[in-house]
Amino acid sequence: MTAKTLFEKIWETHVVAAETEATPAILYVDLHLVHEVTSPQAFSELRERGLKLRRPDRMLATLDHSTPTLPAAANGERPYANDEAKAQVAQLETNCREFGIELHGWDSADRGIVHVIGPELGATQPGMTIVCGDSHTSTHGAFGALAFGIGTTEVGHVMATQCLLQRKAKTLAIHVDGKLPDGVGAKDLILHIIGSIGVDGGTGHVIEYRGAAIEALSMDERMTVCNMSIEAGARAGLIAPDDVTFDWLKGRPHAPSGAAWDEAVMHWRALRTDDGAGFDREVRINAAEVKPTVTYGTHPGMAIAMDAPVPAARNVQERRALDYMRSEAGKPMQGTPVDVVFVGSCTNSRLSDLREAASVLNGRHVASGVRMLVVPGSEAVRRDAEREGLHHVFTNAGAEWRVPGCSMCIAMNGDLAQPGQLVVSTSNRNFEGRQGKGARTVLASPATAAASAIAGRIADPREYLTQEQAA
Amino acid sequence: MKPVIRLHSRTAVLVDENIDTDRIIPARFLTTTERNGLGKLCFHDWRYQPDGSDNPAFPLNQPQARGCAILVAGRNFGCGSSREHAPWALLDYGIHAVLCSEIADIFRNNALKNGLLAIMVSEAEHRWLLEHPGIELSIDVRDEYIALPDGGRIAFQLEPFARHCLLNGVDQLGYLLQHADAITTYEKSLEKAA
Repeated sequence: MTAKTLFEKIWETHVVAAETEATPAILYVDLHLVHEVTSPQAFSELRERGLKLRRPDRMLATLDHSTPTLPAAANGERPYANDEAKAQVAQLETNCREFGIELHGWDSADRGIVHVIGPELGATQPGMTIVCGDSHTSTHGAFGALAFGIGTTEVGHVMATQCLLQRKAKTLAIHVDGKLPDGVGAKDLILHIIGSIGVDGGTGHVIEYRGAAIEALSMDERMTVCNMSIEAGARAGLIAPDDVTFDWLKGRPHAPSGAAWDEAVMHWRALRTDDGAGFDREVRINAAEVKPTVTYGTHPGMAIAMDAPVPAARNVQERRALDYMRSEAGKPMQGTPVDVVFVGSCTNSRLSDLREAASVLNGRHVASGVRMLVVPGSEAVRRDAEREGLHHVFTNAGAEWRVPGCSMCIAMNGDLAQPGQLVVSTSNRNFEGRQGKGARTVLASPATAAASAIAGRIADPREYLTQEQAA
Repeated sequence: MKPVIRLHSRTAVLVDENIDTDRIIPARFLTTTERNGLGKLCFHDWRYQPDGSDNPAFPLNQPQARGCAILVAGRNFGCGSSREHAPWALLDYGIHAVLCSEIADIFRNNALKNGLLAIMVSEAEHRWLLEHPGIELSIDVRDEYIALPDGGRIAFQLEPFARHCLLNGVDQLGYLLQHADAITTYEKSLEKAA
């Protein structure tokens, strides 16, 4: 038997019709996640063509991008950014009702960011193919699922046929050897990786993250890593499932139960790259070298340790990026004055992310003049955080504790920064204007975000962690 | 989709690398439920000044760039989100081809499905195209070459099925629907395994 990679194993079990020179493979999709922004035109197309959903039972929808994160008024009215946003949400509610799709809307105790609730509900499982009209679908790869973002035309394809036309991607192994230093986390690691391989370093490839430092990560941390695979241009990111994965999934509403669970785990254990299987490319990263890492430019590949000097611009685009960010070559990012701090997004809005930020903030206060927003990834995360009293840590520190949603990551719901403001953000994209026209984004971990909020400047969280916490 | 067989136009150039989909169409405009009429929002925050007038520093606002249907852009065009609003906005704006040494996967896939020619050329050819804005090019989809004003040619390769669909106006959903029986067989095999 030929040795196979994890990607090849998942791919092969989902081929409905094999790839030929003239035609791509027809690949079956196990789970189709839906949100309000990239689906309306696909539903319209289905209606125009008189088509039905092939498998509404394999779809899961939520409201997250256009939704306000301030609570509803006493009369139930929600503070939408505009009428169009409100109409877009209403349209998904109508579409789900008409087509019979499970929607976690305003009335659901499980509503949240699509890439947070899929795993939470146990809908995301090892070995699956998972798609969504959203590039951060790569998040679900943390469970050993082949998960990737698609455009709206393809959303329509999956709705009508449960399949996609796909060419097999190339494979890239990223081996992360060793151990992350104390006080350095998954976000620092993935920023370090993208800084190393570049914003297009994964284009055309599916990444498999491997090695001791990856195996040591919790599920939340694995999701943070896989989430940002697309920021290196990769189609998807994968981590082989193990006991950490199975323990996390067991007992969740959509996960198998009883004898079916045991059988599923038996199958899932085979989902790993065979010894001797070859990748198209391999990269090695030494975890011990990773430091608290931030971005200094206008794409996630422009990332460095916060105490390292900002590299000089090598071309006119990098010059423009440094000018936009007002980053100075030769000076570290650490110490840069901060206006806004955002903790949230599908990258870092899970319970452990909030705990990480809270452990730094605990008993301290956000610097005067700094606005800090904490937006949990889902209603479940919100509940769990409030049960632990994390919301009091945030509000006592002067931060705003919000209703779950994508919020200031994509800044299309009214949560945004003003022109020129510098945002230390736990999200995934530092593109020009991403968090508001003219806003300057520095990507960072939840711990760095919290430390920077306290200091009013980009700060090393290790200075705020006690010895026990750091260990 | 209407067949796309050839395209003849002058080129406009955006030398910037890594032009992401937020620059092509900012996220705050994604509350739309339509796919038409997005051209006026294309490159919005780059193209307009805060008072709404045209930004003279935006290269596509230059008189010689007006009406150009072929965009030569810096490396890794279309990186970032999966929003199909990006190719919709470009097409409505009047851009029917993007030439680049590297184009982000999801954007390229979305573009080709909408008849926007997302074409990758070699780094040397890319550099040359970037250095020669405003030249007349003819893109031949059938024979996969770009004809240069001096009679020279740049060869390129499209994914064969995407090329077939462009040339014949094939609707990919229609193609997938023809495989309904195979999909049913596959689904039955899943049930059996369960």
